[in-house]
Amino acid sequence: MVEEEKLKGWKDVPIGGKILEAGNSRKYKTGDWRTFRPVHKPELCTNCMICWMVCPDSCIKVGKVDDPNKGKKGVSNNPKLGNFGGFDLDFCKGCGICAEECPFKAIEMREEKEFKEE
Amino acid sequence: MVNIRELALDGERLVSGHRLCPGCGLSIIARAVMRGTKDPIIVSNATGCLEVSTTIYPFTAWDVPWIHNAFENAAATISGAESAYNVLKKKGKITKNIKFLAFGGDGGTYDIGLQSLSGALERGHTFVYVCVDNEGYMNTGIQRSSSTPMGAWTNTSAVGKAHQGKEQYKKDLTAVVAGHHIPYVAQASPHNYMDLVRKAEKAFNTKGPAFINVLSPCVPGWKYPAQLTIKMAKLAVDTCFWPLYEIENGVWTLNYNPGPNKKPITEWLKTQGRFRHLMKPENAHIVEAIQKNIDERWEELKKWCGKN
Ligand SMILES: Cc1ncc(C[n+]2csc(CCOP(=O)(O)OP(=O)(O)O)c2C)c(N)n1
Ligand code: SF4
Ligand code: SF4
Ligand code: SF4
Ligand SMILES: [Mg+2]
Repeated sequence: MVEEEKLKGWKDVPIGGKILEAGNSRKYKTGDWRTFRPVHKPELCTNCMICWMVCPDSCIKVGKVDDPNKGKKGVSNNPKLGNFGGFDLDFCKGCGICAEECPFKAIEMREEKEFKEE
Repeated sequence: MVNIRELALDGERLVSGHRLCPGCGLSIIARAVMRGTKDPIIVSNATGCLEVSTTIYPFTAWDVPWIHNAFENAAATISGAESAYNVLKKKGKITKNIKFLAFGGDGGTYDIGLQSLSGALERGHTFVYVCVDNEGYMNTGIQRSSSTPMGAWTNTSAVGKAHQGKEQYKKDLTAVVAGHHIPYVAQASPHNYMDLVRKAEKAFNTKGPAFINVLSPCVPGWKYPAQLTIKMAKLAVDTCFWPLYEIENGVWTLNYNPGPNKKPITEWLKTQGRFRHLMKPENAHIVEAIQKNIDERWEELKKWCGKN
C-alpha cells in the first residue's frame, strides 16, 4: 500500500527516471502481504539478534539501552550492543524466517486474521 | 570483527518497502555485504530480481547511490564509476574514500555479464563484485542458466517423457573467476552470516578486484516453504554442494569442512520442488551422477586448499 502522493506530470519526472530520494521505499508499505504475523515471547528472548540478521525485509527493530526491554534477560546496558526492539509490522511480509531461525523459540507465527480487530 | 549485536546498531543500507518475495535470500545477502564497510558505497546492479524488485518507480529501497545500466554490464558500469572517481580524487575534487560494489544475479554473472566481468577483473579496477546466485533466471519466471544444477526443473529444462530437468552440471564460476588471479575470491552463504560479513569486509579492503559468489535460495524458483530460506543455504553447504572457501592472493582456504558429517545430496534435493521428480526410483541414476560429481569436486577443492 502506498502513502497518498499526487502523480507527477512528465515534466516533473527527472531525466532518465532517476529516483532522487534514497530509501523512499519506506513509503511503500508491504505489511498487507502478510498472512502470518510474528509474535514475540519476551520471556524466552535472549536478544541474540539472529532474527534481525536473517529478516529479508529489515523488519526487526533494533532497541537501545533505554528501551522498554531493559532489565529483561540478555538485554544489555552496553550502548554498543543492539537489543530486540519489536517487529515493524508496516513492512513484515510474514515469511516466518525469524521464527524458524530463532534459537530460543521466542517467535511464534500466528494467523493474521486473529489480529484483524486491532 | 564485531559481533551481530554490534552490527545491528549500524543502520540499514537496503531498507524496507522493496518488493522481493517473502523469504527471499537476496536482501538478506545484500544487507550483510554492505555491512562489510562503514565507508560510503556506490552500487551498480545488473538486471534481475534484486534490481527490479528494489527499485519499482518511483521508489527505491537503496539508501546508497545506486545505478542500473543493463543486464550484461554491471561490472563495466562500476569500472567506469571507479575510474571517474580516481580522476576526480587525483584532481582533489573528491576527498572521501568511496567503495565500489556491483551486484549481479547468476544470469547476469555466469552467463550474459561474464564478458564484462572478466574485462573488469583483467583491467584490475578496485571494486567488489557480488554474484547473488539463485540458480536460474528468476525475475523472468524461472528459466535455466549455466548455474542451474543438474536435474533441476525450470521452465526451460522441462520434466516429462523426454527430459528429467537440466541435463548439464552447474558451471563453477568461482573457479573461473579464480583463473583471473585477482587478489580476493570467495564463496559464501547467508546461513553463515558472520563469515559472509567477514568476507565482504576483506573484499572491501582489497586493492584491486574482489569477487564473492553467494548462494541465494529462491522460494518460487526452488519451490520450498518461505521460512526455510536459511535452512536451504545451510543444507547446500552441509552437503558440500556449495563449499565455503576463499582465495587470498593465490592461497586457497577452506572455511568450513563438515568432515564425516558431510550429508548426502538427497538431503538437499528432497526439500525442493524443483527436484521432486528425482525422488522417483527410475531417476536414481541421476541422483547418483549428481552425488558423484559433488564428491569429485569436493575432493578436488580440498586438494586445492591443501586439505587432503
Ligand atoms: C539483454 C537483456 N536480455 C534479457 C533481459 C530480460 N531479463 C531481465 S531479468 C532476467 C533474468 C535475470 O536472471 P538473473 O541474473 O539470474 O537474476 P535473478 O532475477 O534470478 O535474480 C532477464 C532474462 C534483459 N533485461 N536484458
Ligand atoms: S532470534 Fe529469538 S532470541 Fe534472538 S533476539 Fe530474536 S527473538 Fe530474541
Ligand atoms: S516474518 Fe519474515 S518479514 Fe516478518 S519479521 Fe520475520 S523474518 Fe522479517
Ligand atoms: S523470485 Fe526468488 S530471487 Fe526473485 S524475489 Fe522471489 S524469492 Fe527472491
Ligand atoms: Mg538468478
